[in-house]
Amino acid sequence: MRRLVVVDVNKCVGCQLCMLACSRRFGIVGYSKSAIWVRSAGGFERGFTIVVCRACKDPPCARVCPTNALRVRDGGGVILDMSKCIGCGLCRDACDIGAVMWDYEVGKPVICVHCGFCVNYCPHNVLALEEVS
Amino acid sequence: MDWFKSLSNVLYIDLTRKTYWVESREELFSKWLGGIGVATQLYKEEVPRNADPLGPENVIIFAVGPLTGLYPLASKTIAVFKSPLNGYFAESHAGGRSALAIRFAGYGAIVIRGVSDRPIYVVIEDDKVRFRDGATLWGMRSTETVGRILREVTSGPGYRAIMRIGRAGERLVRYASVVTETYRHFGRLGLGAVMGSKKLKAIVVVGRKGFKVPDIPTYRAVYDEIYQLAVKSPAMKKYHDLGTAANILALNSIKALPTRNFSSGVFELAGEVSGEKLAETILARRVACAGCPTACVHIAALREPYPEEPYFYKVKFLSYDHEPLYALATNLGIGSREGFLKLLDVVEEEGLDVISTGVVLAWATEAYINGLISEKELLTKLGWGDYESYIKVVRNIVLQPNDFYKTLALGVEEVAKKYGGLDYALAFNKVEPAGYHTGPLYIISLIVGSRHSHLDSGAYSIDQELLASKKPLPTPQEAVERIVEEESWRQVLTSLVICLFARGIYKPEIVEKCLKPLGKSLSTEELKKLGRDIWVEKQLIKYSEGFNVLNVRIPKRVLETPTPHGVVDENYVREALKYFDLIINLSRKLKT
Repeated sequence: MRRLVVVDVNKCVGCQLCMLACSRRFGIVGYSKSAIWVRSAGGFERGFTIVVCRACKDPPCARVCPTNALRVRDGGGVILDMSKCIGCGLCRDACDIGAVMWDYEVGKPVICVHCGFCVNYCPHNVLALEEVS
Repeated sequence: MDWFKSLSNVLYIDLTRKTYWVESREELFSKWLGGIGVATQLYKEEVPRNADPLGPENVIIFAVGPLTGLYPLASKTIAVFKSPLNGYFAESHAGGRSALAIRFAGYGAIVIRGVSDRPIYVVIEDDKVRFRDGATLWGMRSTETVGRILREVTSGPGYRAIMRIGRAGERLVRYASVVTETYRHFGRLGLGAVMGSKKLKAIVVVGRKGFKVPDIPTYRAVYDEIYQLAVKSPAMKKYHDLGTAANILALNSIKALPTRNFSSGVFELAGEVSGEKLAETILARRVACAGCPTACVHIAALREPYPEEPYFYKVKFLSYDHEPLYALATNLGIGSREGFLKLLDVVEEEGLDVISTGVVLAWATEAYINGLISEKELLTKLGWGDYESYIKVVRNIVLQPNDFYKTLALGVEEVAKKYGGLDYALAFNKVEPAGYHTGPLYIISLIVGSRHSHLDSGAYSIDQELLASKKPLPTPQEAVERIVEEESWRQVLTSLVICLFARGIYKPEIVEKCLKPLGKSLSTEELKKLGRDIWVEKQLIKYSEGFNVLNVRIPKRVLETPTPHGVVDENYVREALKYFDLIINLSRKLKT
């Protein structure tokens, strides 16, 4: 299995092409379906923070889900079963790094599936896919 | 929601009544695409011909276009307003995050009307608009601090733009800028003063939505094609590597780098403030606008010791480009990188347009040397290269402690009219020029260009192409044709809205391709006609406001200092202007 990793956040220029790529997977232009989030680290002068699921082996988000909508993925991280999710938001609160994003249009979480689509659009090799056992 | 439907939403904000509403203007967007095309029409609807630029009748229009956020390099917002610097229809563009924030909040344009009775700032968060008290932020010395506070008290980091003015805008300096994301600006023509006149300290836009594109597979394929061009094409290399600062040595080598108020095209210290030298010594970070992989924003680190406190340092990060380097280094005879950055820091803090400020300082230096003004007016001595004194003058342009400074805050044309030195007051239609002295086509373009900006038609680059190919100058009429044709095409790019740095990628055939997945089919011919129509619309608005190309003063200095094409012949320029006037008259007749 593979997981998405941030190789060197210092090389991030804040172009957000990764965020746009993530929503584009669903044919959406914008940020509403993006599971990765790039924001400034307190102003552009301080560089950027990249927030994305780091594929925990024992993910807190899955542990707090009351409907078992989050299944632990082989290699870490979770898979969301939309039909089970009631949009309670507990997963979002449980993630210490804020990597459970929220789709305000449908009221449900957006969590990285480590597909690596965004990696193809990172012009400075900040993101990569890594093999995990 | 569908892409074009959401683009057609225009958000109206009335600062007088502190209210807002949304109107669908599909007819405008389907005819004029977006960006400058749509903003021009909104301006026609909103601003009466005799409106005072600093009065309640003026409006601020922000517009994005059908390609904003859709493809790489479509990352700019167009602002349209009546300029308090020259009194005409004005347009200013900025990168940063505002374009994608406006688009993903669900709008194609924002129209800000009226005047608030007290300082406020406005927060646009997707569908909601909030009016917030700006009393605490008003008068704050640094735009950076204002940004820092607004980051803390508003939500949506990463999806957000924070556009703010400094004290220069509050105090109505006619060339005050609007700063967004610390390093990008609606710099030219005084949008900062218009915001100041409306008591509007800042506009925060948060956009988190997403929209459907009709033809997804085609869209993804076209996206990939543009992305590959964006990261691999030589057309973007200059902006990517050294940034626009690469121009310094290039222009210097052909004797076209404005130096000491355009008295020379060569700066003997150019090597000290070149893009190459800056990259080697103080370049600290590269930053991109949202949606653009190029990262042309080059940020330098300035490390200053505190003289009275050993081992204490202030580290500031400042973005440099060709224009600030021309305006605050070469044109002021400053060859110290540190001096340049210290001066730039103050200009940024106060929220001034760097180009106009630099030109104003250059005139003041010469007027002081020539004895037209003295320490009595200036409150300091002044000399080429003396950045410490320039810093004092910049603060005083904002504070306006006497009549001289009150006039200096009106721009170089006004101050020279009153104190003399018009021959070396560098302005075209009251707009201080950007940093090129390449030849006659550039000078013509500054007079006829709708924003009097170097990017209207990029004629500095036509001058350089002619030089490189050793071709003779075109006739004045051909020169005008070329400038107008290029400017017309750029109306298409700024309606879509594409960053003009990407003009080498977004050729007509690529634009055609980009529109297809949106279900919009426009041929190259139709696109070019649309560009020409928008160009005519803009020119006719300015003419209806009293502008006339034949009345524009040409500063003697640019006709005296040799360009790479030699000393520019005034008759050549005048012939060109006559021909341009003919085109305008014809266009007007055709329209009526």
